Amino acid sequence: MLKKRLIAALIIREGAVVQSVRFKHTNAIHYDPVHAIECFNKWAVDEIVILNVSREAASREGFAGVVKRISRKCFVPLSVGGWITDRDYARGLLNAGADKLVVNTILADDPPLVQALSRRFGRQCIVASVDAKRNESGKVEVVVDRASRPTGADPAGWARRAVELGAGEIFFNSVDHDGARRGYDLETLGRICAAVEVPVIAFGGVFSWEHLVEGIQAGADAVAAANIFHYTEHATMKAKRHLAQAGVAVRSEGQRA
Amino acid sequence: MAPRPRQARRRSAVSTRVAIVDYGMGNIWSVQNALAEVGAQSELVAAPERLGEFDKIILPGVGAFGDAMRLLREAGMQRALEEKARQGMPVLGVCLGMQLMCRSSTENGSHQGLGWIDAEVIALEPAQGVKIPHMGWNTVRFAKPSPLTEGIADGTDFYFVHGYQVVCKDPADVLGTCEHGQRVTAMLAHGNLFAAQFHPEKSQRGGLQMLKNFVERV
Repeated sequence: MLKKRLIAALIIREGAVVQSVRFKHTNAIHYDPVHAIECFNKWAVDEIVILNVSREAASREGFAGVVKRISRKCFVPLSVGGWITDRDYARGLLNAGADKLVVNTILADDPPLVQALSRRFGRQCIVASVDAKRNESGKVEVVVDRASRPTGADPAGWARRAVELGAGEIFFNSVDHDGARRGYDLETLGRICAAVEVPVIAFGGVFSWEHLVEGIQAGADAVAAANIFHYTEHATMKAKRHLAQAGVAVRSEGQRA
Repeated sequence: MAPRPRQARRRSAVSTRVAIVDYGMGNIWSVQNALAEVGAQSELVAAPERLGEFDKIILPGVGAFGDAMRLLREAGMQRALEEKARQGMPVLGVCLGMQLMCRSSTENGSHQGLGWIDAEVIALEPAQGVKIPHMGWNTVRFAKPSPLTEGIADGTDFYFVHGYQVVCKDPADVLGTCEHGQRVTAMLAHGNLFAAQFHPEKSQRGGLQMLKNFVERV
């Protein structure tokens, strides 16, 4: 049977891995992302997502270089995102060794590009990144462009529309939960999982291994974390052992050192 | 000078040259990275006349069956591959590459494949609690011994991404299976022909071992 996946996310700014707290990125964790990938590879994580959160469009080429260096040592599926605004850059990232493209802002600004990428590279290649944030009136809405622009859209409806445009997977994050150490936004996660047929990856807020279990129980097919994996030796192995002990079917590899 | 067969054998394993067929379908760099990791020499090969320079062939592929066959045909690669396969050169099909080795596929119509394996490619059946495409890590059970799976534990998880499946006429061709609402053909072995529906290059330790086996033991 298909296993639930444990995904390590790397948030990259100007070539370095950074910590993310409510979408602000200050602390550099590892200078070199390749070192982080080597650890995750050794610890048998199931998949890796790397996101370029730089606010400068000029970061695109440098990031593609990071993808290329990482992919040489990455023998699990690699999803990459940030600044995918045209077909050539998308193709460049795939040529650099990425398996999947994570798209966010073009879901709002350029839906035909999402459709075109899905047609050209296949649905399995397109991951829709859905970022949600609670607004002043207390409603959870979708935000795009590194959480700088509210859309007013409901996350579940937005995810459904992303699938219609050709996304094969949803990567859900909450600005309010990101780096807040209180687990995923389970309510929104559950609504998204109920709204789409494609796999949903939960992200944002993991501070204990039990948070991962909660994500699976809310309906996620895969659970992702970033910050927590960087500070603990054999972190992903401990996480997997915890999931297995909680009765979640995970890949057996990577539970023991 | 006295012969030193053991050393000669080791050297020949190291110098095995693998052609990765480059016909415009999918992430072939990953396959090359994985081969480099296990110490194999490989090249991306787009010119059919160059296949003769190699000892083994990997036929990768992600995408639609019909497009892939058309590209192989137009490049003259279909005929070159057929010739090498007939001559007994080991070939490893990966993902769509495995499906292309079959007689035909029903993906978006009806398409003829390379026809090396007596099998049809049909859509995965939707079933309760199962999502299509089949994407993620799944447990593979080996159906028979093979040099391709030496040193890999039965029940190892491999990474799959596919919406169509291979159904063999002759069960003896099936090397491995997995469960996804139904029993799915995960690996094939037929003479010098081998194939995996999953992505060994993305299946970490087990996948790398499989590629190493293809280079060194097949």
